[in-house]
Amino acid sequence: MSTEKFKEWYENRHEYQRDWKKRTDGKIVGYFCTYVPEEIFYAFDVLPIRILGSHDVQDVTEPHLFAMFCPFCRDVLAQGLKGKYDYLDGIILAQSCLHLRQAFTSWDIHRNPGWSYFLPMPNHVQSPRAIPFLVGEYELLIKKLEDLTGKKITNSDLKMGINIMNSVRRVMKEIYEFRKQDYPPINGVESMYMTCSQFVTDAREWLPVAEDVKEELKIRKLERDPGKRLLLVGSENDEIEFIQMVETLGERESIGATVVIEEHCTTTRYFWDQVEESNSDPLTAIAKRYVSRTPCPSKDWPQRSRLQRILKFARDFKVDGAIVIQQKFCDPHEADIPFVLKFLEDNGIPTYFLEFDVTTAVGPFSIRVEAFLETLEAEDDLF
Amino acid sequence: MAEYQTEPLKCWQKAKELRNNYYKNYVTARDNGGLRWMGSAWAFDAVPAGLGKDVYCITGEPYGASCAFDKPLSAKFLKAAENFGFARDLCAYMRNYWGSILADEFAFGGKYPRADFGWSQHICCSHAKWYQNACELEGGNVPLFVVDVGAGAYPPFEPEMYEHRVKYVADQLMDGIEWLEKVTDRKYNDELFLEAAWNDIRSTNKWAEICMLNRAIPTPMDEKTIYSLYVFGVLQKSNGEFANFYDELYDEVKDRVNRGIAAVGNEKVRWMSDTQPPWGFLKIYRYMEMWGAVSVGSLYTYGLTGMWLYDEKNSDLKPRPLPPTKPRTREEACMMLADWHLSKPEYQHFYHPEYKTKMMDAIAKNWKCDGIILHYNRGCEGLSIGIAENRLGLIERGNKVMTYEGNMGDEQEFDETATINRIDIFLETLGLQKPTNLTEL
Ligand code: SF4
Ligand code: SF4
Repeated sequence: MSTEKFKEWYENRHEYQRDWKKRTDGKIVGYFCTYVPEEIFYAFDVLPIRILGSHDVQDVTEPHLFAMFCPFCRDVLAQGLKGKYDYLDGIILAQSCLHLRQAFTSWDIHRNPGWSYFLPMPNHVQSPRAIPFLVGEYELLIKKLEDLTGKKITNSDLKMGINIMNSVRRVMKEIYEFRKQDYPPINGVESMYMTCSQFVTDAREWLPVAEDVKEELKIRKLERDPGKRLLLVGSENDEIEFIQMVETLGERESIGATVVIEEHCTTTRYFWDQVEESNSDPLTAIAKRYVSRTPCPSKDWPQRSRLQRILKFARDFKVDGAIVIQQKFCDPHEADIPFVLKFLEDNGIPTYFLEFDVTTAVGPFSIRVEAFLETLEAEDDLF
Repeated sequence: MAEYQTEPLKCWQKAKELRNNYYKNYVTARDNGGLRWMGSAWAFDAVPAGLGKDVYCITGEPYGASCAFDKPLSAKFLKAAENFGFARDLCAYMRNYWGSILADEFAFGGKYPRADFGWSQHICCSHAKWYQNACELEGGNVPLFVVDVGAGAYPPFEPEMYEHRVKYVADQLMDGIEWLEKVTDRKYNDELFLEAAWNDIRSTNKWAEICMLNRAIPTPMDEKTIYSLYVFGVLQKSNGEFANFYDELYDEVKDRVNRGIAAVGNEKVRWMSDTQPPWGFLKIYRYMEMWGAVSVGSLYTYGLTGMWLYDEKNSDLKPRPLPPTKPRTREEACMMLADWHLSKPEYQHFYHPEYKTKMMDAIAKNWKCDGIILHYNRGCEGLSIGIAENRLGLIERGNKVMTYEGNMGDEQEFDETATINRIDIFLETLGLQKPTNLTEL
């Protein structure tokens, strides 16, 4: 199955990226948050790659990051301080949460690759003023990228960038459609490998593989009982090990589960919304897309608009229950969580809350998840 | 033995009255048909002033600090927030504030006085979420408008203040005015707004001028005193009475400097702090004064209320001069306020720890500090952002730095004994000797 390729890319991201540089003589910029407009980077023929955590125990951030910040941002910074990304030509962060900003600024102080940029992505995305502001910011970013590359871009370069990213989003959504089936031919782990491998590879190389996977899924059958259908909601999460544990519970216990949908910045918050290609002003079209995509909770105000999207996912993917995951100390999600939990419960979706540390062993979670699955079973018995 | 002459501030009583009236006015606003609003200390409070003279606010941070000051009350509020499901590592002011709503108890007595609307600003991840949740906790039908000020750093930290950035903030203010008219069903009065906008600008300018006076040796105001005075700029910087009070205060502090009046008679060593202190434990400041170590202020107390510009060439921090003319129209006032507030020193550090390190170093050198004590404040992610890098940067620039961990609004996260031990060692490294006549704290 071609999904193996996703796993290979995800696990060997550094090798892939080094090799990509050698092959193409191109430039790579590491981005810290999904609010960075990859379209503009592709327009410059610069490869944008997302910096994710390593999930290893790390011990180098102590002098740089006060202990009250989220483990994901510590993990990300550790990658930089340890020189794991020394092949990058630049780094960029779009304004999102303060936690990740520290990983970025410390990286900027101690491992600046020579090009580094903070993009003031508006927080007030529900304001009509956000789009013109963001267009102004993109114009500044473009000037910065001209410095990096020595190139100028045209609208048709931007349209090409939009086309690349829209193709990625389109195929991801098409693959997600399969997860709606009663017996999904792709599980949560594979889906996570799919989205996360795209962060670390050139979309133009990733796309044909994703297209193959889509074709294969049309006839693929998984020899497993999907068990309870779960929705994951919350902070940054590429916790493959956790999803693996959840999806193999059925092999060890009387009850199993499949993650059929997530609301995370590693998956649907990242790819669900497209740039409008018919818009003759590509920069405005890109700005519109980033302003109106499913927001990170740090930008989801004054209305808490995420809730309706979450509910729609739950219904469309016919979930039996939801697990709300929060990275320890993740303020944006912590401020939302009591309301997300209540909202899901009020809408008849049994919900369970877990607090994560990037390096937390998943073992202890297995008993808790199993207990939650049992409550879902008991609810079924009532009817 | 006291080396310098000291005397209490004459305007102390007036400060107390103004503060008490502020909270009283909020509570009683509705008795005469007035309006109440809630929002952040950094909210553009001049804007709701255009709704009428009977519009009063309560700002969350000083209210959270007042709750924290009363430890048993704070414990009750924090518990209420936790029981509701809020994580214990969230902003401690915010948790105190939510807890106060949930417990339906006002820190100054009586039931929690609910707001008619929320009007706030956002740069910290918690700002807008604070009032989004407060509006829900207050019954779900309190309308909210939040102005995003995350529009990038101000020069010299950015090459220029780009027009579209100022406009982004100013346009939100313009939208906010229309929104206020709609949700309150009141006609907006531009004259009141223009007056309030100018009060905001002059009070935040004057506060910076007052802090400049603290460069004097001996320092005329210690930081404990400053905490009680900077508060007007965070309660309602556009309030005319508060702006006038800062004028009076300036004259008095200037007079103290002229006469060599000290805040602390035995000033031997000057230090500066950072971030909010653990409010329930201000006695650690008194403890240090017994050694002769006086905190002369911080970027936090100077820059939270005051408006400054960083002078890159001279590594100095200077009060931002008043604009040459007052604003004449609504549009002008919105642009002026947006530009003015985007230069707030306390906004700059959100973008990069280097900016804060530079400003702190400027204070350390120009206010003649012998040491810096950083509060690694678990209660405030906004002001703790980058603090570990500030420590490294300040040491690199030749400063003596001590850190301690605590929480400005949750006493459970402050270890008094361990902190005092660290302070003892630090003060000794600054050349002081432990006094033999230390009294109980
Ligand atoms: S997990 Fe939360 S705190 Fe951490 S980077 Fe993501 S949004 Fe920010
Ligand atoms: S800056 Fe600090 S006090 Fe203000 S909302 Fe953020 S965490 Fe709370």
